Formats: sequence, structure tokens, C-alpha cells
Amino acid sequence: MAQNHDHDHDDHHEHGSELSEMQLRVRALETVLAEKGYIDPAALDAIIEAYETKVGPHNGARVVAKAWSDPAFKRALVENASKAVVALGLMNRVGDHLIAVENSPKQHNMIVCTLCSCYPWEVLGLPPVWYKSAPYRSRAVSDPRGVLADFGVALPAGTDIRVWDSTAETRFIVLPMRPAGTEGWSEEKLAALVTRDCMIGTGLPKNPKDVA
Amino acid sequence: MDGIHDMGGMHGFGKVEPEPNEPVFHAEWEGRALALNRALGYTGIWTIDQTRYGIERLPPDFYLTASYYKKWAVRLENLLVEKGLVGADEIKAGHALRPGKPLKRKLAAADVPNTLSRGSFARPAQAPARFKAGDRVRTRNIHPQTHTRLPRYARDRVGIVEAIRGCHVFPDTAALGKGDDPQWVYTVLFEGRELWGENAEPTLKVSIEAFEPYLEPA
Repeated sequence: MAQNHDHDHDDHHEHGSELSEMQLRVRALETVLAEKGYIDPAALDAIIEAYETKVGPHNGARVVAKAWSDPAFKRALVENASKAVVALGLMNRVGDHLIAVENSPKQHNMIVCTLCSCYPWEVLGLPPVWYKSAPYRSRAVSDPRGVLADFGVALPAGTDIRVWDSTAETRFIVLPMRPAGTEGWSEEKLAALVTRDCMIGTGLPKNPKDVA
Repeated sequence: MDGIHDMGGMHGFGKVEPEPNEPVFHAEWEGRALALNRALGYTGIWTIDQTRYGIERLPPDFYLTASYYKKWAVRLENLLVEKGLVGADEIKAGHALRPGKPLKRKLAAADVPNTLSRGSFARPAQAPARFKAGDRVRTRNIHPQTHTRLPRYARDRVGIVEAIRGCHVFPDTAALGKGDDPQWVYTVLFEGRELWGENAEPTLKVSIEAFEPYLEPA
């Protein structure tokens, strides 16, 4: 216990608290905004619950698995991803500007937002910390192969890299290649191969042998 | 603005460090900060570009060291005070000292499911699109002190228009609260060597989503 600080005696209550500076600061702001009638705390609870339980990469994985299984859906997805995803019925609405970019043996796609953190929330949920970090945002556009190495991913020499910088309100999701050895798999089983990172382009789908 | 947020191509930040099994939020307050931003955004008091500009105007040393949601929380305080919706004295006190101002609408819990999908940024065009797929274009060498979505690394560079994405709200205008000023959006594709010089990986290609005012014929 520090004895020589400048705080008022009352502040000693705080030292035993688990609340961090930011917890207190955000809680205070919420109190002000609720007292002024600008927000309803119950709405905040609902937003948090949605992002913790409903909106996440499992949605994107279903989209990819469907595209792997259904050529007509894949064409529709590449043509207009917003429309195709809504038609799939996973979400009641999707923003207007979702674009699916398809990997091939010749081209690997990678998504970044160098200016902030633009990310396809509706199909992937909230972006991970690394996606919003300076190392990723700075290097993805100039050294994407080096970034892939940070993720432990090495592409064949003949696979070129295409980086999509999300500088407007268009949003991108990568459609990875369907792994070999998954013939006859159900969409549900295929979806288990689809990782968040492979839909950003910093990873590849899981090895079918690792999914029982 | 040529700020610290415009990171494409910078050196020295080190390796990307993915966190295995990363939680959605790392602390309870992060979720509250996100939800506060969403709930206030719903009221229509500012546009998405005004909030981005709010982040860009944070001091560079703070930008680089604060966590993502800390930036969101501080940005929110700043914008609320700027707009006169909350007093700095109220933030300090942690309580309202005056009644709130009337807002267009307020987010109720029952409406949250309908706010999880993004709105449309498409708007009626003010003029026909100046470019078409396949056109060679040069990005302008602009350095506005205010918000722009043309990253530094892609200024004064020649690329090819790959697709027209529609006519959307123009961030450079909207960030200043001066209306939608809709502009055509193009995917413009650059060769890695056009952006990074002869040492770039020869097959690298990078695209940006460029608003028409950022482009001229090449």
C-alpha cells in the first residue's frame, strides 16, 4: 500500500477495487448519457450480447461452405454478396456493399483497412486485435507474404497475392479454395474447416484430416 | 489528414501477433464502449466519417499507445463535448448537471437486432461516372488537412479501374458535416512496383476503393 501519494484519504477505497481506470471512465460516461436521456442501458446490453453470441465468423463460415457446395450460390455470391448472403437466410439484412473475392491456385486474396479498421462485421463479427493493429495495417499492403509468414502460412511460389484495402464503404470477404479430400462432405462439416483468418486472407482452411 | 492513422507501407511496427482464442472483448468496459458508440451513432447526431475523423484527430502518441476501445471511448467523449451534447464538467463529474438536448431518436433494446446490419451508403449520382472498368487513372497528389480516404501510399500513382461500385456518400465532405456530396466509387488496382518501387514483390497487386474526386485520367 503506497503511503506517500497525493490522493485524498477517500481515494483509498479505490485501491481495493478491481475497476480499472477505463472501467470507471466508461461507466461514468454511460451514467452521464443515461441521465441525459441519450441512451438506454438495456440497448447497450443487447448490442453486447449480439456481438458476443450471434454475430461472428460462424456466419461467414456458413456462407463459404454453401459456396463450396452449391455452384449456383457461388456464382450469386461473387456477383452480389450482399444479396446472396441475405438469400441464404442467416441474417435478416446485410449491408449493401459486401463483396466476395475468390481465391484460386493463381491468386490469393487478403483484406486490410490501412486507414482504420473496416471489416465485414455482419459475416465475421468484430475484428480481432491484430487486424486493427499497426503491424498488420502497415505491412499488409507492402509485404503481404511477410505478414502471411507471421501467421505461419506459406503460399506456393506460383500463387500471386492480391490485397484489397477497404478504403470506402465496400466490405470484403475472401472465398477460400475448398480443400481437397472433402468430396461428399455436408455443408455443416465443411463449415468446420472455415476459419475467420481464411476469410480475411491471413490463413487457409483447416486440414480436413484435423476435423473429425 | 496526413495523420498517424494512415499506416499503409510504414515500417518499424514489427510482427503481426495473432492471439489464440481471442475473446470478443478483453474487458467488460470494451463492450460498453462499443455499445455506447453504436447507440449514439443510431441517434443520427453524427456520420460514420465524423466518427472516423474523431479518431484521426486524437494525438499521435495516444493513437499509437491506447487500445482500440480506449480510442473509441475517448473519441466519444470528445465528439459529445464538441457537439455540445455533454459538458466537459459533466464527464468530470460522472453525472448529468443539465438536462439532455432533444435527439431525433434513441436506440431501444427491441430495435437492436435491426441495427446490426450496416446501412446503405449508396446515393443518387450528381453526374454520370467519369471512368469505366479498364480505364487508366492517376490518383491525385492531395494532402487535405481534414478527413480523406485516399491513403498516402496510393497518391500520385497510376492504376487501372477494375470495377465501379456505385455512387456513395463522399467521406471528405461528410466528415465535415457538410452533407453527402455523393461520388462514384471505383476499385482501382495498382501493381506493387508502382506503389513500392523496384524492390516490391513483382507479382504483388493492391487495390484501393477510390472516390472519383481522387482520380484523374492517366
